[in-house]
Amino acid sequence: MNNADAAAGPAIIVRDLHVRRAGTPVLHGLSVDVPRGRIVGLLGPSGSGKTTLMRSLVGVQVVDSGTIEVLGLPAGSAALRSRVAYVTQQASVYDDLTVRQNLAFFRRVLGAPASDVDSVIERTDLGSVEGRLAGSLSGGQRGRVSLAAALLGAPEVLVLDEPTVGLDPVLRVELWELFHRLAEAGATLLVSSHVMDEAKRCDRLLLMRDGALLADDTVPGVLEATGTDDVETAFLRLIERGVPDLHPETGSEVA
Amino acid sequence: MPLSRTFATTGRVLTQIRHDPRTIGLLLVVPSLLIGLVAWIFTDTDLFADIGPAMIALFPFIVMFLVTSISTLRERRSGTLERLFSMPLGKGDFILGYALAFGLLAIFQTAIAVSFAVWVCGLEIEGSIWLLFAVAIADALLGTALGLLASAFARSEFQVVQFLPLLVFPQILLGGIFIPRDQLPEALEAISEWLPLSFAIDALRAVADDSEDAEWITAKLIVIGAWIIGSIVLGSVTLRRRTP
Repeated sequence: MNNADAAAGPAIIVRDLHVRRAGTPVLHGLSVDVPRGRIVGLLGPSGSGKTTLMRSLVGVQVVDSGTIEVLGLPAGSAALRSRVAYVTQQASVYDDLTVRQNLAFFRRVLGAPASDVDSVIERTDLGSVEGRLAGSLSGGQRGRVSLAAALLGAPEVLVLDEPTVGLDPVLRVELWELFHRLAEAGATLLVSSHVMDEAKRCDRLLLMRDGALLADDTVPGVLEATGTDDVETAFLRLIERGVPDLHPETGSEVA
Repeated sequence: MPLSRTFATTGRVLTQIRHDPRTIGLLLVVPSLLIGLVAWIFTDTDLFADIGPAMIALFPFIVMFLVTSISTLRERRSGTLERLFSMPLGKGDFILGYALAFGLLAIFQTAIAVSFAVWVCGLEIEGSIWLLFAVAIADALLGTALGLLASAFARSEFQVVQFLPLLVFPQILLGGIFIPRDQLPEALEAISEWLPLSFAIDALRAVADDSEDAEWITAKLIVIGAWIIGSIVLGSVTLRRRTP
């Protein structure tokens, strides 16, 4: 994957980020780059600060100190709000609207073309339930409506908080294929998960624990550095070793 | 299209309510039922003529306050507000969108309540029925605006319901329904002079017994309007895109 945008620098640059939630420090001095046009997996146990980092990136989190640049602009800038899409962990859709009505509303808010509604319904395979109220759908289907809303307006950066939770394996594979197509088209995806076996589908991994990075590397890189063949074990070894595996992308390597 | 996102919000809120016919039914019918009950209570007296106009001010005001504050709070709790604030939706679009949607409902609700009070319960209106409609609708809009403001300060359903006794009951107690406002202790009378519901009740009474001219009533309407705009502005200022 040779992306011309890579020359323009990372899509997301975080420097020395400090964030507290409910008085407790969650992120203490986190610095990380997310390269453009890649799928970067954000992995770690719950409570490790994944959601807090994601909220900070999309500008809905009060940040104590540090800088975050997204597409060259400060995170949360008005100009970024239609270029960066965010899917919260809990499906944030209106239960008392149909799937199509939900998407039509978000489309108008984003100012995206009307044809986007049909295209995202198709891409997330929601055609058979588009006329049903979101509240009557299964958890996995509601999650897909939430994801579909994030695809409206062809965002350049997608921040997805556990988008595959509760999905059956077939659907999970389909969604990862969709993520890869989006990345091939030039989008940058930051996808969080606490399921370690999803890691192998990412171009790069960020392993988090207690608000700090344990690893920032490609999947083969992490496995090699820890001498294992699965990410779960690699995670444990990194904790035991106490030395993070940080190999940020330099731009010359191929993922 | 500077207001397109406001109207998108209004349309969305109305579509949500359309999927909930029971709420529509309750919204439209409950104030009239309560006014009917009050009229019935006072059947054997001539007190309804005095208290009826105040009831028109009261019930739509309370109902709109509750419905508005709870539905915006729901938006906050369900994560959709967070999503909207990561999108190019202005805080003003959000508040104004809600105000327009519930304002529209308030108009229907009030029209039914006024018609019921006048033509079913026999409330006698000496003054202009149109002025009565205008004041009553402004009053319901006031309930909507204060409900939006209250929801900005509430973090849970429990809190938002507590705002009803906190923000609304004192206005009812001091509004001149129980005793005329000029018979209140001096300090309370001074406070009551500033409360928006007092203006609404005064104006409705004046229309009912035709004791004041249209200018006097319009002046009251303007004060209520200022409260509505003030609450909406304050509500959108207190909304936070970034939360801790």
